[in-house]
Amino acid sequence: MIGTVTVRFAIPFLILTAQVLPAADDNSFLLRGATIHTMAGSDIQNGSILVRNGKIAGVGQNLAAPEGVKIIEAAGMQVYPGMIDSASTIGLTEIGAVRETSDVMEIGKFNPQLRASIAVNPDSEHIPVTRANGVTSVIALPDGMGISGQASLISLNGWTTEEMEVKRSAAMHLHMPTIGGSPGRGFGGGFGGGGRTSYDEAKKTFDKDMVELNGFFEEAHRYAQAKAAKLPGFQTNLKLEAMLPVIDGTTPLLITAVRERAIRDAIAFADKQKIKVILCQAIDADKVASELKSRNIPVILGPTLSLPSEEDDPYDRPFNTPANLYKAGVKFSFGSFSNEFSRNLPYQAAAAVGFGLPKDEAMKAITINAAQIWGVANQLGTIEEGKSADFMVTTGDPLEEPTQVRQLFIRGKVVDLENKHHQLYERYKARP
Amino acid sequence: MKLLAAVVICSAAAFAAPPILIQNATVLTVTKGTIKNGSVLIRDGKIAAVGTDIKTPAGATVIDAAGKFIMPGIIDCHSHIIAEAINEGSVSVSSMVGIGDVLNPEDVAIYRALAGGVTTANILHGSANSIGGKCVVVKTRWGAKTGDELLFEGAMPGIKFALGENPKRRGSAQSFGPVAAAARYPATRMGVEDVIRQAFTDAKAYKVTWASYEAKKAKGEVAIPPARDLKLEPLVEVLEGKRLVHAHCYRQDEILMLLRVADDYGFKIRTLQHVLEGYKVAKEIAAHGAGASTFSDWWAYKVEAYDAIPYNAALMMRKGVLVSLNSDDAELMRHLNTEAAKTMKYGDLTEDEALSTITINPAKQLMIDKRVGSIEVGKDADLVIYDAHPLSTMAKVEKVFIDGKVNFDRDTDINSRPEHEKEKKGLITKAAEEQKKNAPAPGAGRRPSL
Repeated sequence: MIGTVTVRFAIPFLILTAQVLPAADDNSFLLRGATIHTMAGSDIQNGSILVRNGKIAGVGQNLAAPEGVKIIEAAGMQVYPGMIDSASTIGLTEIGAVRETSDVMEIGKFNPQLRASIAVNPDSEHIPVTRANGVTSVIALPDGMGISGQASLISLNGWTTEEMEVKRSAAMHLHMPTIGGSPGRGFGGGFGGGGRTSYDEAKKTFDKDMVELNGFFEEAHRYAQAKAAKLPGFQTNLKLEAMLPVIDGTTPLLITAVRERAIRDAIAFADKQKIKVILCQAIDADKVASELKSRNIPVILGPTLSLPSEEDDPYDRPFNTPANLYKAGVKFSFGSFSNEFSRNLPYQAAAAVGFGLPKDEAMKAITINAAQIWGVANQLGTIEEGKSADFMVTTGDPLEEPTQVRQLFIRGKVVDLENKHHQLYERYKARP
Repeated sequence: MKLLAAVVICSAAAFAAPPILIQNATVLTVTKGTIKNGSVLIRDGKIAAVGTDIKTPAGATVIDAAGKFIMPGIIDCHSHIIAEAINEGSVSVSSMVGIGDVLNPEDVAIYRALAGGVTTANILHGSANSIGGKCVVVKTRWGAKTGDELLFEGAMPGIKFALGENPKRRGSAQSFGPVAAAARYPATRMGVEDVIRQAFTDAKAYKVTWASYEAKKAKGEVAIPPARDLKLEPLVEVLEGKRLVHAHCYRQDEILMLLRVADDYGFKIRTLQHVLEGYKVAKEIAAHGAGASTFSDWWAYKVEAYDAIPYNAALMMRKGVLVSLNSDDAELMRHLNTEAAKTMKYGDLTEDEALSTITINPAKQLMIDKRVGSIEVGKDADLVIYDAHPLSTMAKVEKVFIDGKVNFDRDTDINSRPEHEKEKKGLITKAAEEQKKNAPAPGAGRRPSL
């Protein structure tokens, strides 16, 4: 199997690069001769995609090139929608260990007014490195105790943060309080932190956190009422103002809740508040699958390739969660929860395939399912007429590591695949 | 005498085990190509035959592996699992301590690594010191009763060195941890070099002192034995080529520094660990003869990792360096096979070259390649059966053999889960009942807070 992947490499690349590529500012073209994996129905053999003004204007087997539109020959290649990393720190952090390069965590328990997209560095080296493997959009996720801010969906191409923004406020991020701190992966603990303390102490802290959290939501409701009633003396409060789209169900609350108990708490909280919820890093989501299914709550899974949370968990516990959720009909996507590993997003999805997740579903999870969860399925996630032309041309299955991404289009623009890593490679390969 | 008896009993037991024939598989030998529809015969813990036309010996257990892939057990050249302590960070040179003294055979990470196809691991001291502690090579023999049973028999012992950010970190005073600590030399890469040079200057002098004592003694002269120095003894072993140096490093300047120090003092760096900028000085690394054991694609987690590139392994290999991929992590250790596949993406290694980075190459680096690292007649029967090609992200491990014995079996694991679940529930119930029984009567006073 791997063998066929390797064989596919070399030849089509030459054909592709030999063709005239559209100029960087020209986002109309016809790509033809490739197998199109639309992620919306069956694959199209020897298919074409017509792109006009950055949007997909047609997909099919026998599309004619309108006059003046450039043709990109992609015979023998595979085309897939660009992948979406549903939780990352791309642009918010450059070097993990250097605090000066990190804009992920603010001080304080309730920071709904913070917006990730305004702090995304468009010149981060992580952006070209990540998109070189076909990731075209990421959720930039602020993190911290309590409500850490608004997660933004950003496109990995653009001169400025404003150009990159797809959805400034894709979700509001909350760490569900847990007893004894949250065992989240990669990110920190809940309100209470993870310090060692007796159960009674931890429970007391948890109860206090829950009172504060509920109180904050009540305050937001009172604020909304006061604002609607135009009460005299009403003063704008930026924190509470930012909560309005959450309490009226416009912006989903992205709740980090890893273990079963926290997930159940999160569901109860969502029921009580009557808000739209997405679960985050919910490794135990499959234990609560029917409750999630009945409420249509989707899940952003952390890396599949992770260790079991408990010493006596089965060794393959994290590998099984995606397939279990799929079987239960719960919608899910994946997040890298990092900047440097965002490019490995497809392999996190693929790692679940050996453990029962259908291959197509793994690819859907990081394309159309993610687009649906973030409310942008009308723009992203599949190769269909009317959507943004975000897709990649590959030598094979993107879920397999030896596969190469040969071309990438974001909003119909040819994206340069060059990046820091490849540049250093070429430079030192040539060292005498 | 006792020891000898034990050895005899052991080998007698091994001889008694029936041969195992694994049939109809794709055999990835790594060193001798790929055999379609091949078989591997295991006898007395060793690989007795490999090929397409192997007759079933009398009494052999036959495993049908149609559609499956067999590869040599994975060797992780950099791991800290099993070790109950990693860093003796209070001094700049901690060569007097050894990881071999703190092995925990019950570490669940052993089982999880096995389930990821790892059969051998180089268990290293941490990187807090310019010269760190002594290291050991183990096999992931799940069920071993002692740390000693895990040891790879006859493998040469190692010692950890470390350069760059980690060893100089204690160069500034610390206010966290169990006790506040004053700043400790070195605080710069210059100081790291000095610490290593000083240690080997001392080790050479120590060696001379002992040599002159031995010479006097041999001549029958009156001689007083020098005081033993447990810090310098392992360094003398390095000078004598009896202990392998595994050096944690990142930047090209520090890599060159260490190679030159080793050249000056007449010893070899066996492996450069991490060596994320190794691609910049591959020529010099190859010339010294050091191996390189690196990550597939880690980068940007700290400043010295900012120029790390996923092409590192392939580029160093193309420039003549012996390259392995390691995990340094209990999680990454579970999928080194797909880490290896990344070298095909970044740098166009072939399948066999990719597989070599986690099998025969680390075996050579650890000088255990006569025993493990490929599927060849006479080598230890350390084998992994995958349900798909191990370089596929979708492959999973089905069985793992160490010394010809099944150490991991996915079916057995899954079948035993209901029983384990029952046992766990029973223990929890029992604990809850005992807690209830032992609970103080109401009003009997509060429990002291912990």
